Amino acid sequence: MASENYEAASNRAEGVAQFGESRRGALAKLQHALHVNPALVPLFVLLVSIAVFGLLLGSRFFSPFAMTLILQQVQIVGIVAAAQSLVILTAGIDLSVGAIAVISSVIMGQFTFRYGVPVEVSVACGLLVGTAIGALNGFLVARMKLPPFIVTLGMWQIVLAANFLYSQNETIRSQAIEAEAPLLQFLGTTFKIGADADGRGGATFTYGVIAMVLIVVVLAYALRQTAWGRHVYAVGDDPEAAQLSGVNVNRTIISVYALTGFICAIAGWALIGRIGSVSPTSGQLLNIESITAVVIGGISLFGGRGSIAGTFFGALIVGVFTLGLRLAGADAQWTYLLIGVLIIAAVAVDQWIRKVSA
Amino acid sequence: MKKLLICTTLAATFAGGSAFADAHGTSACLITKTDTNPFFVKMREGAEAAAAENGITLSSYAGQVDGDHETQVAAIETCILDGASGILITASDTSSIVGAVTQARDAGLLVIALDTPLDPIDAADATFATDNFLAGELIGKWAAATLGDEAENAKIAMLDLAVSQPTVGVLRDQGFLQGFGIDLADPNVNGDEDDPRIVGNDVTQGNEEGGRRAMENLLAVDPEINVVYTINEPAAAGAYEALRSIGRENDVLIVSVDGGCPGIQNIEDGVIGATSQQYPLLMASKGIEAIAAFAADGTLPEPTEGKDFTDTGVALVTDAPADGVDSISVAEGKDLCWG
Repeated sequence: MASENYEAASNRAEGVAQFGESRRGALAKLQHALHVNPALVPLFVLLVSIAVFGLLLGSRFFSPFAMTLILQQVQIVGIVAAAQSLVILTAGIDLSVGAIAVISSVIMGQFTFRYGVPVEVSVACGLLVGTAIGALNGFLVARMKLPPFIVTLGMWQIVLAANFLYSQNETIRSQAIEAEAPLLQFLGTTFKIGADADGRGGATFTYGVIAMVLIVVVLAYALRQTAWGRHVYAVGDDPEAAQLSGVNVNRTIISVYALTGFICAIAGWALIGRIGSVSPTSGQLLNIESITAVVIGGISLFGGRGSIAGTFFGALIVGVFTLGLRLAGADAQWTYLLIGVLIIAAVAVDQWIRKVSA
Repeated sequence: MKKLLICTTLAATFAGGSAFADAHGTSACLITKTDTNPFFVKMREGAEAAAAENGITLSSYAGQVDGDHETQVAAIETCILDGASGILITASDTSSIVGAVTQARDAGLLVIALDTPLDPIDAADATFATDNFLAGELIGKWAAATLGDEAENAKIAMLDLAVSQPTVGVLRDQGFLQGFGIDLADPNVNGDEDDPRIVGNDVTQGNEEGGRRAMENLLAVDPEINVVYTINEPAAAGAYEALRSIGRENDVLIVSVDGGCPGIQNIEDGVIGATSQQYPLLMASKGIEAIAAFAADGTLPEPTEGKDFTDTGVALVTDAPADGVDSISVAEGKDLCWG
């Protein structure tokens, strides 16, 4: 997790040089540590919230069953938020993520059931369409120089309407999928560790959860260790400087949006596993929920700073609050209220950290 | 879309025909919450068929999403300008819409609320709807009768609609509890009951995702839940997935309300035990007939005796009939289902 952003790489050298300056004080050191490792704040909030709910609720919350349930509940948002992080790192935003996920799942389902296409091919088509929509977003942003907010606002409406028109708002039932095309539910397959004799309790994982963790790990590696990853940070931080230093800005941006579309399509596949059926009305709030996870995860909306790990923690924080407050018997509105507080607090912390580089 | 066009053309032709008879044609408006939900699609089909039969020109409007209030207000204004005789509306915002509805009634239009009563209910000339309390009561009675003596020890999960507790969600929830034999405390509020058999209430937004999440949450509170009330069939399908993931899908009784075709199919497959079926097509066709009668001689529709709305009926659909609860079979339910 060391050196998660572009600026930090240069700043760290500076930090080492200033090591002897004891008068900077603890607060400044903390500020600097957070600047280098922006995922520390959400990780801290996550651990504290797990501890607090664990103390309040005891074993009902602090059990392998409840802990892994949270992972299952955040898997879709987690995957979409990982994709959203990429776009936000380039100082963009993608409002069409949820719509891309849903239309991909609808294509996987309808190709199989309406046209009789083999299910493996249908899944591939779904992933391909998701990638293509993402690439189109990227083209409009990079080549046509349209603002990402506007491009994806439009794409969101277009894709959603296309989704309803194409699917005729028809739900494909879980039982039909199970009988004829179980591959569609593949990411919903569960396996347990440490359940009792009746198969109850214990840690429960789905392949979707594994997929989420893999996506986070692979993206974290790619962003930190590959040239492409460094280019993403560079473009988000200062596109002109990046261009001058030889980064192909347009190609980087298009690749980011296309990859985002691809990952959203995987989320659409995971969505079928999670709800069992193919439902064109699901996933309506994924764009807002993914941006929430990204912001709470400490990724700067101004681009160029933050980490995928932070986003993952951000998604988990929302999951912990939702289940914890639910088990504590609180009104569901308290969850939304506290998430709102977290969003504003996260951006405030981001602004404070930014001062270190000023 | 093509179908709609044909229907509209047909309706227009019929209206043209009758125009020769009484010198001016009658027109009506149908305003639904959305045009994506199969429930409203079926409603529009019913309205179109009845309009063609009665020689009425029908214009259909819909909000973009559930809760899209502005589009509905604009639609009412368009209908007034158009000189329509009447409006059928499923309101997204039952109290805020009253101003626009009053404006229409002042302009001499007959306004009929379909499916969702306005707040207050007498803000519309008439309401054609399902008795949602009765719909809940039927599945409650069925669940209690099916469990027999075990109903005393039931562990019940209540999967409701939304945090804001819309009327339809409260009526179905409280109807179920009344049917099951549980004291309601305040019948206008969900979740205020203190019967220990209720494990908890959670909200589903009436879709699969919400149904699964809510069921998981309540299973975390008590994994021994054996009766699940759901606001509608998509929520029930989601709840079933949650139960299936922990291997409990066969020892839990799930009941629901709606009667959509996928829901009825789910009864056949053993996902849902019983559901209360409602009839959107009937609401719309009766509504159009009422507008035709009003346009002809000013007759106002009469509410069902003993109720403040016109009850379009509800039937319990199950393949496991219980003593003392009337029900129809899955085969009959399939003939009448929508979506």
